[in-house]
Amino acid sequence: MNIANILARKGSMAVTVRPEQSIREALALLERHNIGALVAVQGESPVGILSERDIVREAARNERFFALTVADLMTRDVITGQPHDDLLTVAHTMTERRIRHLPVVDKERLVGMVSIGDVVKAQRDHYQGEVDTLQTQLLAGESGLAH
Amino acid sequence: MTTTTGTPARPLRVAIIGAGPTGFYVADHLLRNPGVAVEVDMLDRLPTPYGLVRLGVAPDHQKIKFVTNAFDKVAASPGFRFFGGVDFGKHVTLADLRAHYHQIVYCTGAQTDRRMGIPGEDLAGSHPATEFVAWYNGHPDYRDCMFDLSQESVAVVGVGNVAVDVVRILCRTPEELATTDIADYALDALRKSRVKEVYLLGRRGPAQAAFTNPEIRELGELPDADIAADPAEVELDPLSRAAVERSQDRATAKKVEILRAYARRPASGKSKRLVLRFLVSPVELIGDDAGRVAAMRLVRNELYATSTGALQPRATGRFEEIPVGLVFRSVGYRGVPLSGVPFNESWGVILNDKGRVLDPGTKEPLVGEYTAGWIKRGPTGVIGTNKPDAAETVECMFEDLARGAVLEPAHPEAAAAETLVRQRQPSFVSYNDWLKLDALEVAHGRAEGRPRVKLTSVEEILAALGR
Repeated sequence: MNIANILARKGSMAVTVRPEQSIREALALLERHNIGALVAVQGESPVGILSERDIVREAARNERFFALTVADLMTRDVITGQPHDDLLTVAHTMTERRIRHLPVVDKERLVGMVSIGDVVKAQRDHYQGEVDTLQTQLLAGESGLAH
Repeated sequence: MTTTTGTPARPLRVAIIGAGPTGFYVADHLLRNPGVAVEVDMLDRLPTPYGLVRLGVAPDHQKIKFVTNAFDKVAASPGFRFFGGVDFGKHVTLADLRAHYHQIVYCTGAQTDRRMGIPGEDLAGSHPATEFVAWYNGHPDYRDCMFDLSQESVAVVGVGNVAVDVVRILCRTPEELATTDIADYALDALRKSRVKEVYLLGRRGPAQAAFTNPEIRELGELPDADIAADPAEVELDPLSRAAVERSQDRATAKKVEILRAYARRPASGKSKRLVLRFLVSPVELIGDDAGRVAAMRLVRNELYATSTGALQPRATGRFEEIPVGLVFRSVGYRGVPLSGVPFNESWGVILNDKGRVLDPGTKEPLVGEYTAGWIKRGPTGVIGTNKPDAAETVECMFEDLARGAVLEPAHPEAAAAETLVRQRQPSFVSYNDWLKLDALEVAHGRAEGRPRVKLTSVEEILAALGR
């Protein structure tokens, strides 16, 4: 299974902002779409990621954080995925590097975003499916089928 | 009116398009919910149910087909009907379904294969692996396919389970195949097979190969085919070794160990030879004067890590040529768009969010239309993976029902839907008809010491039902 299989059943693309937009606008987008991170884009290429954490961290120490822009708070060194990256590797990398949101890029164009929640669910479904299939085959063995 | 939908007086009427595993899992989740009265009509363009369990799963893997027992139980539920031989878009349209059902679920799978995109791909002797699979499994649409099994050397491109099935069937003896439910005409053709050498080609290394350890073990235990691998190709490159160690993935470590043992194994003089190749991609099929495949040009690949650490292949400048007269490609699958149903071209699936079909303009859910299985998420996972996938879709369906977001059909009666089907496709096959066919096939098989002998054409099937 790869990232494309996760994106295929997530109708929406990643929600994006422009770096010059305000944090107030960014918060409104997070709230409206009920999500935890925005991808900052220039054209179709991601240039940063802004997560609710980035905003909380700043809000805790800066009363005037509303006046800041996305560019002020976003993480610029973004790890991006590709549609053909396999689920296991991505799960491992996201866990190890504590990444909650992975923008997915195809030929430098943003094509979607997967969250750690998406990855965990896909893995759970994957293992559930394997267990189910193995159980079926074990039952087949017990009932004495030849192969 | 819609608020009472889902009660015994006014059951939720659902049409499921596609009678493969996913269709049955969707039906199961719908029918076993105690709080909602549901009636399910399952339509399939083929007269027989089970989709790829009947027509995709290899005939020498009968255990996997045991899952159909669970499907039969679903089909025996009150409120379930099967209309086999009814083609969505031909016999019934989306408008027809909207007039008869509250909800429609598309479970049509991934019906076409990806092309390699290389010169010579369309030469005679180059085929999608799935056509060969459908042919040996007795798929009515593929029974007349021709494969030149007089060739001695065959390449199968890809290392997923379809590719592995194809090489195994090519390497089995007629005696082994004769105890399976392989289509009779395919058994006859394979009896005359002159195939001696079969290549299985992976574009990445042994650690990334999609086949499972049981699958690759089985290839090493074939009674009349020696297995071979290039010792250099089964050694892990530094990136793969680091990835395997980092993830402590014992299954992959074991897989590599099995392959290394194959590379060391001397030939034992069996009549066929199965050659596993890694880190190679076909770049061209070379034809002879008659326009038939005569050879395949390969490029050697190396692996590089993407920013997430996933390992992907990249062509080097080193090429080689292998003489092959028959090529089967199995490099990925795609869904086929359905008439009037929004499609996501990027991923080859119906445009959806968790199974709710979306309007391509607004990206908002379309009322009453859903999808599940491979046509929802792409072709991945084992049969059972479609169960949680179907559950997710059904959860959306019940949520939408609870807030009254269902279609309002003009004729929400089971009898009206049946009348429609009878008008459009008088020779449809019901589940009872199928159970009769099943009993016939099994009885015929028992006489020959086989699980079943398949009826492989629509005419044969209808004749067996006395029509």
